Amino acid sequence: MKQIFLILQREFNVRVRKKSFIIITLLTPVLFAGLMVLPAYLMQRDDEQLRHIAVADLTAAYDSVLRSSPTLRFSYVHDTPVDELKTTFDKAGYYGLLVIDSVAGNPNPQLTMYARRQPPVTLLTMVESTMEKEVEGRKLSAYQIDNLDQIMASVKTKLRCATINIDSQGVEKRSSTMVAMGVAYVMGFIIYMMVLLTGNMVMQGVIEEKHDRVVEVIISSIKPFNLMMGKILGIASVSLVQIAAWVVLTLLLSSTAMNLLGADAAAQMMSSSGIEGVTDVAAQPANEMLEAIRNLDFGLIIGSFVFFFLFGYLLYAALFAAAGSAVENEADTQQLVLPLTIPMVLGLMVMLFTMKSPDSPLVQWCSMIPFTSPIVMLARIPFGVPTWELLLSGALLVLTFVGCTYVAAKIYRVGILMYGKKASLQEIWKWLRYKR
Amino acid sequence: MNLLETHGLEKRYGNYQALTDLSVAVPQGSIYGLLGPNGAGKTTLIRIINQITGPDSGEVLFDGKPLSSSDIYRIGYLPEERGLYRKMKVGEQALFLAQLKGLDRATAIKRLRHWFEKFGIQGWWDKRVEELSKGMAQKVQFMVTVIHEPELLIFDEPFSGFDPINAQLIRDEIMELRKNGTTIIFSTHNMASVEEMCDHITLINKSRSILSGPIDEVRRTHGSNVYSVAYRGSYERIAQTLQQPGSGIELMAHHTDGTTPVLHLRSALDSTNALLQQLMPLMEVVALNPLVASMNDIFITAVKDYNQAHGIKTA
Repeated sequence: MKQIFLILQREFNVRVRKKSFIIITLLTPVLFAGLMVLPAYLMQRDDEQLRHIAVADLTAAYDSVLRSSPTLRFSYVHDTPVDELKTTFDKAGYYGLLVIDSVAGNPNPQLTMYARRQPPVTLLTMVESTMEKEVEGRKLSAYQIDNLDQIMASVKTKLRCATINIDSQGVEKRSSTMVAMGVAYVMGFIIYMMVLLTGNMVMQGVIEEKHDRVVEVIISSIKPFNLMMGKILGIASVSLVQIAAWVVLTLLLSSTAMNLLGADAAAQMMSSSGIEGVTDVAAQPANEMLEAIRNLDFGLIIGSFVFFFLFGYLLYAALFAAAGSAVENEADTQQLVLPLTIPMVLGLMVMLFTMKSPDSPLVQWCSMIPFTSPIVMLARIPFGVPTWELLLSGALLVLTFVGCTYVAAKIYRVGILMYGKKASLQEIWKWLRYKR
Repeated sequence: MNLLETHGLEKRYGNYQALTDLSVAVPQGSIYGLLGPNGAGKTTLIRIINQITGPDSGEVLFDGKPLSSSDIYRIGYLPEERGLYRKMKVGEQALFLAQLKGLDRATAIKRLRHWFEKFGIQGWWDKRVEELSKGMAQKVQFMVTVIHEPELLIFDEPFSGFDPINAQLIRDEIMELRKNGTTIIFSTHNMASVEEMCDHITLINKSRSILSGPIDEVRRTHGSNVYSVAYRGSYERIAQTLQQPGSGIELMAHHTDGTTPVLHLRSALDSTNALLQQLMPLMEVVALNPLVASMNDIFITAVKDYNQAHGIKTA
């Protein structure tokens, strides 16, 4: 035990002290925070820009229907011919030219926006919805109904379908497919990334030891199995420290950045876009989403994440260690790494499919098979998984981990002492039958 | 009193027989040479003693008791394929390896300081291994092999990669360790160092022990039929006659000592008189001396004889 700890300590210290580790650990959160904050920042910037639109109303029926807002100014131009405007509007300081025209036989006006570049969708939506409302209003008033405003107000209807998960005891929970998908995707992806990255680190570590010829010195003091486990656990703790540092730093950085950008930049974005109705439509699901997030069983999710990450990693790390022991340098690993990567990639693909139909047989099978279950089962959990399936999947994973580690240790034990050649899969198969 | 004994060790790797019925007895305080051609099974035997691998059958007794896992702290091993983590600092690495051998941190640091001083390498503590030359790295290797003051030291080809000065330094250290009561096994191809240092030898060939015992005895019993003969006469004629089958005399070497040509002969004849009778018609014998065979000759002859007797072609 003390020896495993010594190995673990060495693996940890050597990696954590590397310059590349420190740089990656510090820079990645900056990148993450940037990815979170930058789009909001850019949209905010974009919206702050005042756009001046020239309006040529050829029908002369919609004068001053379009009203200016803080970010948009509409100027109705009457005296310049449209054809001339089309070529000169930008020189006159306009962002675009909106032409309102009528078409014979069509009661609706025809709207055309001329701009030098593709205009933003918020601008178009704003123009369309304002004009739609105006036209609708005029059509309605053409029927000359009394108390039209009252009628309109009373018939105005907005419906949303809420989703609530209810169990057989009748306990209800508000849920959100969007939230479930988001959580599933993030967790599945993190596991995929970390298992592959960390597994590769284990393999490189084994190759390094073999390449530097230090391995025989070490295994005269410690059992190969303990060396392998110490290495795997040491590298796992490096990864965990890194993930923890990333989460903390990313949250810190992004919240600081958001604060610097000004409070509730997001809300401002919504309102300043000038799309009527969007604000309250967006606000409603936001509240529901928050409730749905609150209703997620975080104990279960975090517990499962830790469990499936740990055993998924251990399972693959042992196999990566075995692969590393069979070669002398990294260039030779291709052939052996491919069979290890394929089930992971398969798991990732099935995870994406889980978003579409979380209860399909393919998803169910892949959440049971231990080589894909760490990714797929985690993706299923936010959608709700029967307890027995979860337990079965976990048990299968642990059993496979034990079995695979046993096999990997056998290969590793022989492989680390084979110098100067790269073993074929056939030879590795033979090693399995060597006695201790 | 034997510190280490093996009885009837057998080891197979798939279809490859690595050890067959191998027994050795290493006396306490001796320097024990394991000789043999490449692939004979020396490293397998050493790995079994270090518990890196286990025998299929047979047993290993250490200090009179079956080898147990805690015995690794009483054994020091310098493998033939040896190295250090290239990216690690010398001191840190030596400390790590010393702790793996069961030393606590404080003792390890104290002893390492002592050895660093002894080898005059105090300045290396914070150097990375990749900055060291091969010979320098080997000094560090040697140091971590003996740092836990084991009762049994095993060196696999200890002198390969050392320059003559460092090799002498290591040789002196080994002799010093032996003087302090450490038992030493070493495996080597370097016959000169075997003659110089070893008390006992075992020659392993094709997985079996084919020659074993105290080195003086081995040299006496296996060197008794080799003679050096100073002569006058025609070398061509002598060589022709001796090479005919059934002569009972094998021509081993020919050189000129000053002005007189000298032959090295191995005789299968009963006596020196019989040998003289054979030689006299061929030459004028100036001098005839029995030779104590060099370990090199014994090694080559024993392996050749064994392979011939078992119909194995010598590579």
